[in-house]
Amino acid sequence: MTALGKLFRTTVFKLTLAFVLLFAVGAALVLGRVGWHVRTLVDDQILETIDADIKGLAEQYADGGIRELVEVVERRTRQPGSSLYLVANFSGDVIVGNVKALPDGVLARAAALETSYQRLDDPTKRRALAKVFILPGKYRLLVGHDIEEREQLRGILARALATSLLWLVAIGAVGGLFVARRVLRRVDAMNATARTIMAGDLGGRLAVNGSGDELDRLAQNLNAMLDRIGELMSGMKEVTDNIAHDLKTPLTRLRNEAEQALRGNPDPASGRAALEKVIEESDGLIRIFNALLMIARAEAGNIEGVVDMDVAAAVRDMAEMYEPVAEDAGMMLIVEADAALPIRGNRELIGQAVANLVDNAIKYGAPVDAAQTDDARRTVMLTAHRVGEVVEITVADRGPGIGVADRARVLDRFVRLENSRSRPGSGLGLSLAAAVARLHGGALRIEDNQPGLRVVIALSPAAPSNQAVTAP
Amino acid sequence: MSLMRILLIEDDSEAAAYLVKAFREAGHLAEHAADGLDGYGRAQEGGFDVLIVDRMLPKMDGLSLIGGLREQKVETPVLILSALGQVDDRVKGLRAGGDDYLAKPYAFSELLARVEVLARRKPASNSAPTTYRVGSLELDRLAHKATREGKEIVLQPREFRLLEYLMKNAGQVVTRTMLLENVWDYHFDPQTNVIDVHVSRLRGKIDKGFEPPLLHTIRGAGYMIRDGAR
Repeated sequence: MTALGKLFRTTVFKLTLAFVLLFAVGAALVLGRVGWHVRTLVDDQILETIDADIKGLAEQYADGGIRELVEVVERRTRQPGSSLYLVANFSGDVIVGNVKALPDGVLARAAALETSYQRLDDPTKRRALAKVFILPGKYRLLVGHDIEEREQLRGILARALATSLLWLVAIGAVGGLFVARRVLRRVDAMNATARTIMAGDLGGRLAVNGSGDELDRLAQNLNAMLDRIGELMSGMKEVTDNIAHDLKTPLTRLRNEAEQALRGNPDPASGRAALEKVIEESDGLIRIFNALLMIARAEAGNIEGVVDMDVAAAVRDMAEMYEPVAEDAGMMLIVEADAALPIRGNRELIGQAVANLVDNAIKYGAPVDAAQTDDARRTVMLTAHRVGEVVEITVADRGPGIGVADRARVLDRFVRLENSRSRPGSGLGLSLAAAVARLHGGALRIEDNQPGLRVVIALSPAAPSNQAVTAP
Repeated sequence: MSLMRILLIEDDSEAAAYLVKAFREAGHLAEHAADGLDGYGRAQEGGFDVLIVDRMLPKMDGLSLIGGLREQKVETPVLILSALGQVDDRVKGLRAGGDDYLAKPYAFSELLARVEVLARRKPASNSAPTTYRVGSLELDRLAHKATREGKEIVLQPREFRLLEYLMKNAGQVVTRTMLLENVWDYHFDPQTNVIDVHVSRLRGKIDKGFEPPLLHTIRGAGYMIRDGAR
């Protein structure tokens, strides 16, 4: 495609052309109407003058008969640039006048008419507006007025219309090409950037010139989209790296167990024990995989089973489920929830997120000082309240808490802080809770409970945004 | 548990061979159909206590197969096996007419426990007794009361439901996930052994101070309520 062909094919150019045509039609209509009005106005004036003339001459005739009339007409015709006059008898023979050669039959009827004529003193054929009046005694009186001026005006208007239309189209086309070229240049630049991004330069971004126009906004949105894709991809890469790293440990243990069993003495009891250990390790791996899949799907917003549910009921379920667990761990779990907190959400996922947080609080939320037996310090508070538009679930303990530096990091998959590494766990609980919060249009916050840890899941009561919502 | 006839519709022949063997060792009779159409035909002929259906099958997928059978008024209980295993897949499976759902990979003990419960549920489904009795333990579902040797046992509502489910399936293994699903109505995997804690509390109430113990832990599988004298 040639550069010009490309220009002609742009939307901007086509739009400009369409507007120019529309405008031209409009201008033609307006000018045509003006011309028609001017013409009728001029005609009316001429006819009025003619009528007055005829009336005057008729009066002369009535006063002094045909002689008087002929005299007056003769006098008038001698004035330069005068009107046209013609007096004829009943059979059409001319008596007096300054016109020759009128088409046949013009004088036969009393009527207003447009006709061509020739003055006696001027050989050019011209056009006139005339009126024939039949006097008593069957004399015919014709009074006319030259209308060349009117014709000239019409010509001027028509020429003005034609030239202005020509200019209009020319300027429109040039302007259209100019604007189209400007737009095209920017779109071409965007396309070029898009191609380099597709070719692998994932850091590339579209140019934004700050004008805030529609192309700028488009570029901004596309850039935001690219950022989001970049985030997801780096997240994916990180997860893949983490998975590779973190699954190696249990896989190595698994392999070692099996190898050990093969190499050791063929005692059936120890072989059995080794196999049981192998199954246990595999179950752990399966659990990690399931958690990872769940997080991935929640983050992709790819979850069905979103229904009208009550967060308060789910929170109470979890409190009831974990209360004996807390008690066995020497902790007290206290629940405080509004009567009902209806939202659109996935009950399973919210239940699991709350369970993960409560589980963490019970495991890690005890005061660091083992001698600390103050009952108030050995509690886990689980609350669910409406805060403005948002439903907030809070799990708070009085344990060592999480340092400010670690708060963002701890939400990442597989991250386990130093003091928890010795205890069982996969480092996925908080990640899942955060993903569930995001899926429900909210966020997970980690705060200082002074002392202790406070984790807040904020949920939007509306349906999760980025997904198809289906009934159960 | 008396002998069950099981139809296993599964295209992975190695997994199927393993399951057929494992069911035989557990005292049941399992037949194998390798694709959806074959499975559909044999399930229609009847004579099975339970169908185990893989979701992804050649020739006819698992959910269509179940839907077809239910349309033909074949009401044999169905357990769906799926490699997908997410909450929403489960919902789809049960909506298609499945009675239970198990995600791969699973422990055979889990599958066995679920299949046994399904197979036994069939005749009792529409006439559940109002009172369950195991040894000297009695549970009155209407009065919401549990007694052992005539002495009332005070139970929390959830403990009552837990005991009710265990007694409804007395003599059968119920796994932790089955308890979580049926007593708490959640299907996720709690990280701690939450269920163990609840069962041990219940055990403290119904078995402590009585002989013989009724609530047994089945190693590597789950729990079972059973009259020890039997």
